[in-house]
Amino acid sequence: MAAIQITNVEKRYRALRALDGVSLTIEEGEFFGLLGPNGAGKTTLISILAGLNRADAGRVSVHGHDVVTDYRAARKLLGVVPQELVFDPFFTVRETLRLQSGYFGLKNNDAWIDEVMHHLDLTKKADANMRALSGGMKRRVLVAQALVHKPPVIVLDEPTAGVDVELRQTLWKFIARLNREGHTVVLTTHYLEEAQALCNRIAMLKAGKLVALDSTAALIRRISGSQLALRLAHGSLPDALKPLVAHPDQLLGGNQFTLRVTDVAEVEPILAKLRQAGVVIEDMQLQQADLEDVFIQIMESEK
Amino acid sequence: MIGFQTLFYKEVLRFWKVAAQTVAAPVLTAMLYLLIFGHVLEEHVQVYPGVKYTAFLVPGLIMMSVLQNSFANSSSSLIQSKITGNLVFVLLPPLSHWELFGAYVGAAVVRGVMVGSGVFLITAWFARLSFVAPWWILVFAALGAALLGTMGLIAGIWADKFDQLAAFQNFLIMPATFLSGVFYSINSLPAFWQGISRFNPFFYMIDGFRYGFFGQSDVAPLFSFTVVACFFAVVAAFAMHLLRSGYKLRH
Repeated sequence: MAAIQITNVEKRYRALRALDGVSLTIEEGEFFGLLGPNGAGKTTLISILAGLNRADAGRVSVHGHDVVTDYRAARKLLGVVPQELVFDPFFTVRETLRLQSGYFGLKNNDAWIDEVMHHLDLTKKADANMRALSGGMKRRVLVAQALVHKPPVIVLDEPTAGVDVELRQTLWKFIARLNREGHTVVLTTHYLEEAQALCNRIAMLKAGKLVALDSTAALIRRISGSQLALRLAHGSLPDALKPLVAHPDQLLGGNQFTLRVTDVAEVEPILAKLRQAGVVIEDMQLQQADLEDVFIQIMESEK
Repeated sequence: MIGFQTLFYKEVLRFWKVAAQTVAAPVLTAMLYLLIFGHVLEEHVQVYPGVKYTAFLVPGLIMMSVLQNSFANSSSSLIQSKITGNLVFVLLPPLSHWELFGAYVGAAVVRGVMVGSGVFLITAWFARLSFVAPWWILVFAALGAALLGTMGLIAGIWADKFDQLAAFQNFLIMPATFLSGVFYSINSLPAFWQGISRFNPFFYMIDGFRYGFFGQSDVAPLFSFTVVACFFAVVAAFAMHLLRSGYKLRH
């Protein structure tokens, strides 16, 4: 059975179509990336999944349990890390985690709470009041709160926004371990290298519509082969080469260009054209295309 | 059940951690009312034969404190959680509408009754009270606290900002409590205002509560109980409807 089944979901905020008929299936055990620019509808979709928001049309279910009609079963299976850095200033870290366990119907959950705190490097802060924690520490507590009931499906909404390298590594190590142990993970992020490294499958949203859905490897293969990164010492890019430019904003000015090439054999003719035009190359690199290039290409082509 | 227990415990802990503000302060306020109004009016007003004005005033002040603090508890907890965003911790778990309702209203009753008991203990020094029908005292205190706790829940769900909540409190709850006969018997009012007062559900709560002490009231306690219970049923059904529909909480 699918971990998450999203069928024709629509959500409107007055004139704005936040979600415009999104359908999507996430299988058990996947590490799934949900990508898209700000305002694409990622958080709205997650809010509907988590029951924080209601869809105008369509259905969402978690392990077959509808998130509206069978919300208790659905929510027990979900652990959601919200995007906003929220906390309850009345309580300590341990109190916060005990309360959250209780809301999920769990008593005497301290062994697991201790383990989660250990993996997220929170043990030293267990008895500190939430108010006294730094932003990064508060973020860790949010992750711990989402995991108190060992949910089979974990949803992280931009968990690494504004977070230092150390926490990112601690967090991904722990989440990857949970994923290996069989937890389904759904992630939204603006850090595409993170998504590329972690996710086995990726969906891209734009203006409330699903514009790509494929395995990470297949998405990267879409940008065939490689890219030639050039920095020119003087002269400008000949018109004949302009259609190859991967990032259209590079044509607006500057001396750096990324050209799409399908084969190494294409490099020589490019260099010849540059020589004919009297252009001098300052620096040149042949790069493998990555998820960021795919993302930019897909978002541009959907304009 | 554990979910309900936890949320109830958290809601009680929330106000208990700042008890100086949520319990002690309203007790002091009620005591000041008693000292000042009692001092000024003791010699001039007698509402019921054989009952001194200070003694008459005590049950009204207790009930007023119960009602105002029950309302304050659920409404301020909700609006704070909404504005700071930490309401998601309650919205994400599998808590049912009944559990949410029971926990918020239950904690409001605890705070209301706690403040009421505090006012009672302090003011008992200043007045000789009788306890003709103690069960009516408990029933009206609990029902009144539950009613105002539920109204606080509705106000907290509805309000988007603190000033909207303050408007609800200052323009609806405060006038209704002050004009309900805390400081006077409505029988002393002109006929027109007596008629108006009979449409105020707060009047029945205070009148029934006072009956428990003195065995005297403006209307029969069973009638007051019926009015308050019906009013509570309507308000509770409305609050449950809001929770079930997700109004403003799961927009």
